[in-house]
Amino acid sequence: MVSLDLLLNALAAGLLLGGFYAAVSLGISMAFGLLDIVNIAHPVFVILGSYAAYIMNARFGFDPILTGVLFTPVFYVLGVVLYRIYYASFERKGAESLRGLVFFFGVLFIVEVSLLLAFGVDYRMVEARYIGESIHIGPVGLAYRLLVPFVVGVMLTGALYWFLARTFYGRAVQAVAQDAFALRLMGANPFKVKSIAFGLAIATAALAGALLIMIGPVEPALNREYIGRVFAVAVLGGMGSISGTLVAALLLGVAESLTATFSGPSWSVAVSFAVLLLALAVRPAGLFGR
Amino acid sequence: MSAEVFLDVQSVTKRFGGFAALNGVSLSVRRGERFGLIGPNGSGKTTLINCVSGTLRADGGRIVFGDQDITTLPAHRRTRLGIARSFQIPKPFMSMTVVDNLLIPLEYAAGGHGAAAMDEAMSILRLMGLDAKARVRSGALTQIEMRKLELARAMAARPKLLVSDEAMAGLSSNEVDDILAILFRLNETGITVIMIEHIMRAVMRFSERIAVLDAGEKIAEGGPDQILADKRVEKAYLGE
Amino acid sequence: MSGRAFAVAAVVVIAGGLLVAGLGLNQYYYFAAYVVLQYVVLATAWNILGGYTGYVNFGTPAFFALGAYTAVVLIKWLKAPLLAQLVAGAVVAGLLGLAIGYLTLRLRGVFFSIATLALTVVLQTMFVNWEYTGGARGISLARPATAPFYGSYVQFVFAVMVILAVLAVATAWCIERSWIGRGFAAIRDNEEAAECMGVPTLRLKLLATTVSGMLMGLAGAPFPFYITFVEPASVFDLNYAVNSLAMPMIGGTTTWVGPVIGAVLLGSAQQIATVTISSELNLLLVGVILVAFVILAPEGIVGLVRRLSRRDPA
Repeated sequence: MVSLDLLLNALAAGLLLGGFYAAVSLGISMAFGLLDIVNIAHPVFVILGSYAAYIMNARFGFDPILTGVLFTPVFYVLGVVLYRIYYASFERKGAESLRGLVFFFGVLFIVEVSLLLAFGVDYRMVEARYIGESIHIGPVGLAYRLLVPFVVGVMLTGALYWFLARTFYGRAVQAVAQDAFALRLMGANPFKVKSIAFGLAIATAALAGALLIMIGPVEPALNREYIGRVFAVAVLGGMGSISGTLVAALLLGVAESLTATFSGPSWSVAVSFAVLLLALAVRPAGLFGR
Repeated sequence: MSAEVFLDVQSVTKRFGGFAALNGVSLSVRRGERFGLIGPNGSGKTTLINCVSGTLRADGGRIVFGDQDITTLPAHRRTRLGIARSFQIPKPFMSMTVVDNLLIPLEYAAGGHGAAAMDEAMSILRLMGLDAKARVRSGALTQIEMRKLELARAMAARPKLLVSDEAMAGLSSNEVDDILAILFRLNETGITVIMIEHIMRAVMRFSERIAVLDAGEKIAEGGPDQILADKRVEKAYLGE
Repeated sequence: MSGRAFAVAAVVVIAGGLLVAGLGLNQYYYFAAYVVLQYVVLATAWNILGGYTGYVNFGTPAFFALGAYTAVVLIKWLKAPLLAQLVAGAVVAGLLGLAIGYLTLRLRGVFFSIATLALTVVLQTMFVNWEYTGGARGISLARPATAPFYGSYVQFVFAVMVILAVLAVATAWCIERSWIGRGFAAIRDNEEAAECMGVPTLRLKLLATTVSGMLMGLAGAPFPFYITFVEPASVFDLNYAVNSLAMPMIGGTTTWVGPVIGAVLLGSAQQIATVTISSELNLLLVGVILVAFVILAPEGIVGLVRRLSRRDPA
């Protein structure tokens, strides 16, 4: 017999988790959905963000969110540099499909192994006063370690949505994806627009990484679990739609949380894969695709 | 000339998102005919050809080839039935030599193999004036040579219906005459030819009948003289 | 290389391998050579899909592990002989390739790649949770008391791997020379044009994923008897993914010889390096070399040699 409390708690935890998944997936939705750059290394940059939060927390006692915000510009620059290499080596030559993928796989691998060399396989975590506390609404307990990532994740989604919809460069990014002609009318340089957009996509990883290490301990290989998740969210969300990304992330969070509660946590990774395959097989245009 | 309908396009519709690239287009091409398809840029010519060759699936309507409904057949099956096309923007198999490019349709669509296929490939290349380049990687060809390769590769599928999508763009007037001569000769061997072309002189000289597309709809059909005299056609082109 | 020359070379390699297997050298050499040969199989398998057809598979560990675990199940359940393990491992992994291909290959190629990335994690989760094969702790397996040949089991599985490596390379060679190989190359160069020239692209892609998956499973099937202990962490190792892709990329992806060169060079280098430097540093080097080659020498060593000797007709 399934207890109602258990179900409600699982739903609440799933929604909170989903808000965090949105933060992790935004970078993929932008890079893959809007720019057509299959950056499979995105999750490893999230892990890099986690380690930044870990170091600043362990050395100087910084709050992880603060670190996340502080490191956003650093990651932005990292993203711009990465895009320049990618552009010069692959995109410009029209060789992005096979070699570009392999390139990002190599980057994933280098970052992961470097982290492994620097920090070993041990799980790392951060400390902050509110982590470990929770508030209760009726029978539902909301842990701050999930609630804060949810709130920040949703805010980040909102900020990106605003950027894409309301700013000149945001609209240019959308035009880069669909309408080269409109882009030319706007007088924007596609290379510059794409560097900015890819820089922003990687910048989100700094914050997402801080959120990740708040939710639970992190080790270098953890990024691989997130590859399935972020692409499931990006595809289900309709490739490049920011609001779609949020909805898909919330759905995946709830699905995983229910699975973890009722079948055991080790199965929750499989959920994202099932969702991804199902989305690809049945509705590749995503939930909100035309 | 027999009047038998060979390719029958019946009110075909194709949408991209909310935009109707083809809106109920019908036309019938007779066996052995030289058929021209013209229209301003973006009028839906290439979309129509994509629907006929199977690169795109029509959203509505029917396409009948010979006595077979091919509306939902995958492209490679249509090629085996005898529909071959060239691409407006050349799409050679870059890593292969020119002659290997022709072996693909010869082996996969025309059922050829071994030395005989090689001989046939070489004779097509000779016809197109590409035989000197047979062993060159196709990625190293000039734009004009790539256009010729497009046509040569389509011919290697031993088509019954050949669709030439702007095969002459960028060619000199002598080269246009050469290609026209080749297409005429192919047509004499019984191959039906649909020619999409911007070079009016070539279409008018080549085609027995011409259909005009504008904004996804057929606005005129008839012999070259009729088309030239048609007010709507004139407006479609001048209004561009 | 002509058909006869290739056949002679294959026979020489097998005969040489069987001879070396009988020498009774220090067992370490057989262990090390086994690993290099295993990479020859994996790199060749990867290249049939990745190099010939242009579809990137990141899930080598999944196929390899499935081959190994199929063997584990057969050993535990039926005490089946090695030959049966090889056949079953190949079939099961081939079916996985077919299934993943069927689900994703109608879409853009990247979706296949993404699915294979996630596949490894999911399959690993399944085997971590499956108690019959030892779960996360792994499972110890007893080899038969004596090997059918050579007395030593290590020498025997080494000899088996020599044959498998030749089999894999011969498969690649045959594909490359046939109309199927030309069809694969047409898909890689331009899928739309290939389809319009009569190439049944979906069917050929499924053939490629199936054959490639089979060979990867074949590489994994002798693993339980080679090491006598199988755990998820060792067979689902990301090493297999990065190496099976790095080796063809470094050697050259368009011919059968590329993956062989890459596997022998990179595989031996790693066997030597694990003794001298840490295995993490070792992996980092593989990653850096891979990225360097992808950016600077996209045609691999084969391409470099061709460019130097100007044998390339282009």
